[in-house]
Amino acid sequence: MDLLRWGRSPWGEWVLTHVSWSLFWASLFAGVLFFIAHAGYMLFSAHRKRPSAETDALEALYKNLPEKIERHGLAARLFHWVMAAAMFVLLFTAFLPIAGVKFAWVYWHWMAGLVLTASILFHIVHATFFMDFWSIWVGPKDIPELKNELMREFGVDVPGPKDGKYPLGNRLYHTAIVLAGLGASITGILMIPRIRTGLVTRNPYYLADATWGITYVTHGLAGVGLVGLVIAHVYFAIRPEKWWVTKAMIFGFITKRQYLEHHEPSRWPVGGKSTSTKPAGQA
Amino acid sequence: MAVIRDVMPVFELYQPASIDDAIKLLDKHGADALVLAGGLDSMDWLKDRLKKPKAVVDLGQIKELKGIKETNGGLEIGAMTPLSEIVRHPVVREKFSLLMEAAELVASPQIRNQGTLGGNVSQDTRCWYYRGGWTCYRAGGNICYADTPTSVNREHAIFDADRCVAVNPSDTAPALVALDASMVIRGPKGERIVPAEDYWIGPGIDITRMNVLAPNEILTAIRIPPTMAGAQFYFEKVRDRQVWDFALVNVASAIVVSGEKIVKARMVVNAVAATPRRLKNVETLIIGKARNEETADMAGKLAVEGAETLRHNAYKVPLMRNLVKRAIRGAGATWTS
Repeated sequence: MDLLRWGRSPWGEWVLTHVSWSLFWASLFAGVLFFIAHAGYMLFSAHRKRPSAETDALEALYKNLPEKIERHGLAARLFHWVMAAAMFVLLFTAFLPIAGVKFAWVYWHWMAGLVLTASILFHIVHATFFMDFWSIWVGPKDIPELKNELMREFGVDVPGPKDGKYPLGNRLYHTAIVLAGLGASITGILMIPRIRTGLVTRNPYYLADATWGITYVTHGLAGVGLVGLVIAHVYFAIRPEKWWVTKAMIFGFITKRQYLEHHEPSRWPVGGKSTSTKPAGQA
Repeated sequence: MAVIRDVMPVFELYQPASIDDAIKLLDKHGADALVLAGGLDSMDWLKDRLKKPKAVVDLGQIKELKGIKETNGGLEIGAMTPLSEIVRHPVVREKFSLLMEAAELVASPQIRNQGTLGGNVSQDTRCWYYRGGWTCYRAGGNICYADTPTSVNREHAIFDADRCVAVNPSDTAPALVALDASMVIRGPKGERIVPAEDYWIGPGIDITRMNVLAPNEILTAIRIPPTMAGAQFYFEKVRDRQVWDFALVNVASAIVVSGEKIVKARMVVNAVAATPRRLKNVETLIIGKARNEETADMAGKLAVEGAETLRHNAYKVPLMRNLVKRAIRGAGATWTS
């Protein structure tokens, strides 16, 4: 299977044109395989669940926490759902024609691409200036936690703190989606002058053929990567034990019990004058 | 880029004697097969070595694909019927002379003897960038060489360009749409009937194909209903030379007049987009109006609304406008643009 497609330029040079669409099927297959494998594991494994007594004790300790704890502000939720809608339109308009469903997809694709790009720009500004920017990123310091998380998933009771605001898996996913999303978005914006949008003067020659090849291949790789990533995301969003996370993305809050059950108050302190994540009785 | 001409690549030649056998072969070889009708389009691709199919399925031996039958006031024309036979057919001349006029203006007498109706309507575009072997959108690449600031695009599209600006070159296609024809398509799953209007597809839907035929399907016949039989027809083709040339723009119209008023009309222009362009807005406009200069003028202006020209094809706008005006005036009109 050829992973990349090549063509001849007018000057007789072989240049990249785009990725092989077989990669789309590979990504789709990988996403579905992951979904089946994980679902099967969750059904039959003895993965670790925290005992409810542990959360009961924490609830007694953190009496002064509010019943509802904000997890996602309105702006963050709006960004998420606008981005999700744009992403679905982009993936369906890109890959349904490849799968054999023929329709005029280009207009919807570039329009959705602009919406996605605008929402990403908004998110960058919002996350940089109005959110805890570093809480979502991963780094070398997370390697011990990664090891512990893997051990827990295999049923080993490993001691260690619970998650901060974003679990490690969530942060790893965010990193992947940032790479794929930015790859698709930046290359997509570069392609806008290649098509008729009425926004800019058409000029397909402002990059060299070879550079266009790299642009298209990057766009294609990011696109097929997003297929697998989106399948994984939707899968986790609809898993029963994750509904509390999904509901938080709709309504914005989680309950005090969910907070204490899944998060380490010291890693995700819930601040404010009337609330405190310190145990009751402590100043 | 350099093109090696006249030496065809190696392929397996199949000459099935029935439609079923042809479909089995196409189903077996899929996209590796090339369907050969009259060969006038296909041979160019083969001699230029721009298409290198593993199998060529020649439909020339299938008798059931040839001939013209009268059916309930209409006609069923086998896809492999030569254009010259259509031109000579008495019922075509009497009731559907629009198709006769269109077929008669295809290329040259020799080509009309060899060329078939199915081949003429299913032929590939003539965009020379595409046919020159460059890896453009239509050839599976990521650029339209005909739609750049420096392109030579005199013959290209003024409507519905979507990345690719190639046009449909067929003369008989607009006539068939104007006659409300249906295309009979056979494939492994059986037969399906597609209105002629929906037979061709633009680059927005599928940039690598000109029509709805899947690799394992063939066009077996074209059915013309009696709907527009005996209407007032008009066909005009403008080309650079008066024989053996493709249309710069052509127009086909079928108009039914009662008293002084137009009561039914179908008007189609080709070579302005990747599909024959039915002018539904013009048809709506002219219904109930007299076939006069005023109506023709309004129709001409309306027909070109929304046209987007390229660097070298702005002339197609007044050309199309005037052809539509002339179609409204009709063949008997004495006044000119």
